[in-house]
Amino acid sequence: MRPLSLACRWRPSCCSYLTLPIILFLILMKMMYFKLPIIKIKVWIFFLLFCNRNEDLKQMLESNKDSAKLDAMKRIVGMIAKGKNASELFPAVVKNVASKNIEIKKLVYVYLVRYAEEQQDLALLSISTFQRALKDPNQLIRASALRVLSSIRVPIIVPIMMLAIKEASADLSPYVRKNAAHAIQKLYSLDPEQKEMLIEVIEKLLKDKSTLVAGSVVMAFEEVCPDRIDLIHKNYRKLCNLLVDVEEWGQVVIIHMLTRYARTQFVSPWKEGDELEDNEKNFYESDDDQKEKTDKRKKPYTMDPDHRLLIRNTKPLLQSRNAAVVMAVAQLYWHISPKSEAGIISKSLVRLLRSNREVQYIVLQNIATMSIQRKGMFEPYLKSFYVRSTDPTMIKTLKLEILTNLANEANISTLLREFQTYVKSQDKQFAAATIQTIGRCATNIVEVTDTCLNGLVCLLSNRDEIVVAESVVVIKKLLQMQPVQHGEIIKHMAKLLDSITVPVARASILWLIGENCERVPKIAPDVLRKMAKSFTSEDDLVKLQILNLGAKLYLTNSKQTKLLTQYILNLGKYDQNYDIRDRTRFIRQLIVPNEKSGALSKYAKKIFLAQKPAPLLESPFKDRDHFQLGTLSHTLNIKATGYLELSNWPEVAPDPSVRNVEVIELAKEWTPAGKAKQENSAKKFYSESEEEEDSSDSSSDSESESGSESGEEGDSNEDSSEDSSSEQDSESGRESGLENKRTAKRNSKAKGKSGSEDEEKENEKSKTSDSSNAESSSIEDSSSDSESESESESESESRKVTQEKEKKTKQGRTPLTKDVSLLDLDDFNPVSTPVALPIPALSPSLMADLEGLNLSTSSSVISVSTPVFVPTKTHVLLHRMSGKGLAAHYFFPRQPCIFGDKMVSIQITLNNTTDQKIENIHIGEKKLPIGLKMHVFNPIDSLEPEGSITVSMGIDFCDSTQTASFQLCTKDDCFSVNIQPPVGELLLPVAMSEKDFKKEQGMLTGMNETSAVIIAAPQNFTPSVIFQKVVNIANVGAVPSGQDNIHRFAAKTVHSGSLMLVTVELKEGSTAQLIINTEKTVIGSVLLRELKPVLSQG
Amino acid sequence: MIHSLFLINSSGDIFLEKHWKSVVSRSVCDYFFEAQERATEAENVPPVIPTPHHYLLSVYRHKIFFVAVIQTEVPPLFVIEFLHRVVDTFQDYFGVCSEPVIKDNVVVVYEVLEEMLDNGFPLATESNILKELIKPPTILRTVVNTITGSTNVGDQLPTGQLSVVPWRRTGVKYTNNEAYFDVIEEIDAIIDKSGSTITAEIQGVIDACVKLTGMPDLTLSFMNPRLLDDVSFHPCVRFKRWESERILSFIPPDGNFRLLSYHVSAQNLVAIPVYVKHNISFRDSSSLGRFEITVGPKQTMGKTIEGVTVTSQMPKGVLNMSLTPSQGTHTFDPVTKMLSWDVGKINPQKPPNLKGTMSLQAGASKPDENPTINLQFKIQQLAISGLKVNRLDMYGEKYKPFKGIKYMTKAGKFQVRT
Repeated sequence: MRPLSLACRWRPSCCSYLTLPIILFLILMKMMYFKLPIIKIKVWIFFLLFCNRNEDLKQMLESNKDSAKLDAMKRIVGMIAKGKNASELFPAVVKNVASKNIEIKKLVYVYLVRYAEEQQDLALLSISTFQRALKDPNQLIRASALRVLSSIRVPIIVPIMMLAIKEASADLSPYVRKNAAHAIQKLYSLDPEQKEMLIEVIEKLLKDKSTLVAGSVVMAFEEVCPDRIDLIHKNYRKLCNLLVDVEEWGQVVIIHMLTRYARTQFVSPWKEGDELEDNEKNFYESDDDQKEKTDKRKKPYTMDPDHRLLIRNTKPLLQSRNAAVVMAVAQLYWHISPKSEAGIISKSLVRLLRSNREVQYIVLQNIATMSIQRKGMFEPYLKSFYVRSTDPTMIKTLKLEILTNLANEANISTLLREFQTYVKSQDKQFAAATIQTIGRCATNIVEVTDTCLNGLVCLLSNRDEIVVAESVVVIKKLLQMQPVQHGEIIKHMAKLLDSITVPVARASILWLIGENCERVPKIAPDVLRKMAKSFTSEDDLVKLQILNLGAKLYLTNSKQTKLLTQYILNLGKYDQNYDIRDRTRFIRQLIVPNEKSGALSKYAKKIFLAQKPAPLLESPFKDRDHFQLGTLSHTLNIKATGYLELSNWPEVAPDPSVRNVEVIELAKEWTPAGKAKQENSAKKFYSESEEEEDSSDSSSDSESESGSESGEEGDSNEDSSEDSSSEQDSESGRESGLENKRTAKRNSKAKGKSGSEDEEKENEKSKTSDSSNAESSSIEDSSSDSESESESESESESRKVTQEKEKKTKQGRTPLTKDVSLLDLDDFNPVSTPVALPIPALSPSLMADLEGLNLSTSSSVISVSTPVFVPTKTHVLLHRMSGKGLAAHYFFPRQPCIFGDKMVSIQITLNNTTDQKIENIHIGEKKLPIGLKMHVFNPIDSLEPEGSITVSMGIDFCDSTQTASFQLCTKDDCFSVNIQPPVGELLLPVAMSEKDFKKEQGMLTGMNETSAVIIAAPQNFTPSVIFQKVVNIANVGAVPSGQDNIHRFAAKTVHSGSLMLVTVELKEGSTAQLIINTEKTVIGSVLLRELKPVLSQG
Repeated sequence: MIHSLFLINSSGDIFLEKHWKSVVSRSVCDYFFEAQERATEAENVPPVIPTPHHYLLSVYRHKIFFVAVIQTEVPPLFVIEFLHRVVDTFQDYFGVCSEPVIKDNVVVVYEVLEEMLDNGFPLATESNILKELIKPPTILRTVVNTITGSTNVGDQLPTGQLSVVPWRRTGVKYTNNEAYFDVIEEIDAIIDKSGSTITAEIQGVIDACVKLTGMPDLTLSFMNPRLLDDVSFHPCVRFKRWESERILSFIPPDGNFRLLSYHVSAQNLVAIPVYVKHNISFRDSSSLGRFEITVGPKQTMGKTIEGVTVTSQMPKGVLNMSLTPSQGTHTFDPVTKMLSWDVGKINPQKPPNLKGTMSLQAGASKPDENPTINLQFKIQQLAISGLKVNRLDMYGEKYKPFKGIKYMTKAGKFQVRT
């Protein structure tokens, strides 16, 4: 017996076990004795067990052992999963919310979230735990606390949640901010009154530059305030650029939102030509309201660069592995790109057809809608829609639908051959659908109407009734469209009446005979006679048609059929169906002349035998196009709750300048050459897009031509259409081609570098001048490239002003730096022309990394520049007293080391203070911590008295401040010495633009960020002083800054090439914030510690 | 977004439910059952079912319906793709995704689901991250857990989620560093009665199993990348490099993953490696029909065709079949009318053949269509499209990894109409 065995299983943790089965057994016996129904007994047992079990669980939860608690929690979660009620355990569970064991804690969270709504008061007990966790130094704990706190749907804690969200939205960790964005939606659904406050948070989070946050905050935006499109303006370009790096689910949401945005902010890129052509090509094309609009607008169309930006930046996402992303991009192209460019999506959509059944279903639905309006898009992929016998019926029907939409004169013969196979399919539902399809093809394509009709007539002799019935219905429609004589077919069909039983088919035949009763004068009355006999047993649908037939015959051939008709009318009069009774009454009044009937009966013949318009065989997907593709509403063809209408294009674009962001990019403007180039490329950018539209026009022309030219044979047609499609592809892909070339160049450069890494350093040095030139030019190239994308025309105006201002500040700064600079002045000027170094600036992997990360069009330009300043400070390596007369000093020349690209170069000056020659100075035993490497100088044969010699060596400190100990030996002695590098010397300066700096900084937040507040006298906060102090401590490069109060410095670590970003932000009241962003948090914090006192002292 | 998830087995029991927002009563599934009844076959249940207050989006895999309940407009593919990702994750965790396995591991399932969605919006769907958060159960771990009292929940924090390479966990260490790539191509084809190809295309994937220490940066190049018509990548692949150089450059996730899937659709280029000769005839008068199939190799580039199975759905009129195969075994299920013939290897000298008679229902008319033959086969060491990997390089790490590439061609949806 099952319950008993269950009870036994619980034995170990309960006290009253042995007795339990006995009690149960007794109860059972007793009940049997009283002959209670067995079911009742079962319920009883279950109830008893249940109570007992919960007691048991409670005890386990209250025990001291974690394992018991965990066991209990696992069982409780099992209950929740099965949908059993475990709410009465709430008090016992909630006590464990502060458990140290992570798994218990997590399971308690699961429980809390599930039952908090039901046990609100008790749930409050747990809140303080989360509030505490919200302050935890660990970002993941903060995040998970916020997650659970916001998931507890208890209205009392709304203010606490609001506060937590606000705090979390300003958190340094992007992960916590992401969770804050999720919490917004939860709070909104709990209490919509908080909307205003939440919008403020959303606004703040939208400005966030982290890819982690972007998707979630846009989701919150869509849920809370989808109509506040104004919040997007400023973030539009950023979102476009970040899009590729956002996680896939976020991409879907952002793309959908941006599609809506684009439809409100840009003018239609669909030209009249497109539209007209479409209309010609299309049988179903309804009068688009866009058409009127395009007529009005005669002036040449130029696409808003922001519009272009969106279209271009979404293109790579067509290659995503996530079907939802691909579909989202496809609908974006469909709804907002110029029609000539939308072609590229078809290939990707066809690819999705290989996916699971459900994905296929949705994708096919969308393709069906698309193929109605723009056939050309999917024509080359016709064969991908061929039906396989293993497809589920719903997929088959959808494929058939698409095949019908794609049918044209050229491919119809192939298609009909294919349809023939389908008609024979064992899946009769599908066969019927195929017949419908053939009917539609026959009406759409005049050339094949007769062929189709003949084929359908052949099907009338099919054994399967469904097939025959469907054929009858379709033939009826076809005949109606063709006023030509088809007496034979009608006769044939009249014979079918004896065998066919499907009501629709019978009704169709009757209607057809009635309509053509004058053409088949002998058969029609006979049919009526037969029908009169079986009238009572017919379906309602058939009865109505019998009445109609009777009326028509009465009017044309009253001699033969008068009595029959009246008999039928009498039968109809007493029919059970009121519809039929109504119809009978109506017909009788109309056709049977009597004194009461008015003028109408005179026209009875005209009424009944009027020329009827042929039915239009339409696609069931025709009316779906008013829904945005890829949405639930489109799939269901019903407006789903929360569906956001896609607005029509505005006639006049709203002010595009709202999207401008006040980011001043300096690096590019400092060199006049770069500026000229940038303007150039901007111009090219526009002209290109125009050109492209022209060419796309012609391409689509040629395509339609080739379509009509291609012969009857399927294969050749296939080829040609494929060609033309590839043409189209290349056309639309052309503008990205240029860009690709550029990146190719850049990439090959990177590759070349990595190759040369292993080569001899000398060789490289000789090449320096060449390669540095090339490098810098390529950098300019790419920077101007990215410029042209992100900037709009209108912005350049405002920028010129700031640019001039910047120039001034720069001029102001240069002389100041001159004073401190000890290097040749020609060398200095690091920011304007970043001079590439002979050694690879970044390790190849990092370089590639950066490229990978910046899949978006603008790639950052980071290269090592020459040191801005070299301090003269020397450090004592060996004092002459302890060195028996040999003194050694070392200093950091801040040059890239020639011995290895991961080494810090060190110059050692040796002095002989004795009066004797010191011979054979060399480095002896090295005691290096693990990982450290050292390149020693060549032994010095002899050093004259009072002589001094400078040698250089390199040490790879592995980006740490570990001490390198070694022995400095002479012929007779060995002295232990050590070098501990100041943290600032572990860096190499890097030249980058402000934009890149910000971008990089955006990626290095959270744990990678350390900051401190500095207080000092205002005179210490002049730009020059700060500059001098910072470069004195650390080997960093200055980053041009747009704001006077922010000073930025960038460097990378010598060993790993990690970026080290230093920001000094001046605040009011003689304070400043010092922020360091780096992956190497240890060095970062050490540097912070060193910089802080220096900056604060006078 | 996703409100709740119900798991329903083939007999219509809801054996697991999970809610991410407030609780939706399981009675909402009644609408689903209704649709299921109407559809007769599980495959025909519509993936999207509207109900008065909710929408049910379902996915059918491994004989389980995964039914997601949503309340507002959402891209349906978003939900469907996510559900498939859930199934994949379960498969990844437990090896198989079936009802008993899910029931046995209900706690892990629940924990995983909890991490995958937050408020119905996907949070962590990368299996690498999930595995760091919640360790998949293994026999060894279960034993260790019971002894030491440790748990399945990772105590480390998933740093991958925060990094710029979210698909790779940090601090990966292996003693044997190895990277294997499987190039698997599937031929989808429809062959007509006379043996000519109606449509044929190749769908390929490159599945990788990468077990490398640290943060390796790999590049994979092809001899003939132009072959690839349409590709989709794992998010780790750098799209720009592909666009410009046709090189796959990526920092791989740890473990098994699908690097790339591609499509070769040059219609006439597809070489069909097998031929099927068939002679199936029903006679109107007699209650016996003749049946003969021969499978033989064609354009195999000298490789053997293995694992051949032939299946065919016979018409309803067929009562039984008495057949003799020249090799392999065959079965005919008189209830479902499914004939399957497990052929095995094809010997080019002696093409396997299945011959015999069908007994038809007496008096019934002859079926109008001959059955379609579905074919399965495998060819090792051959990529039928001719795609070849040129080289694999690793940057960023010092050690020398062991590299391996395997090619295989399989039949995808390969149908022969008779």
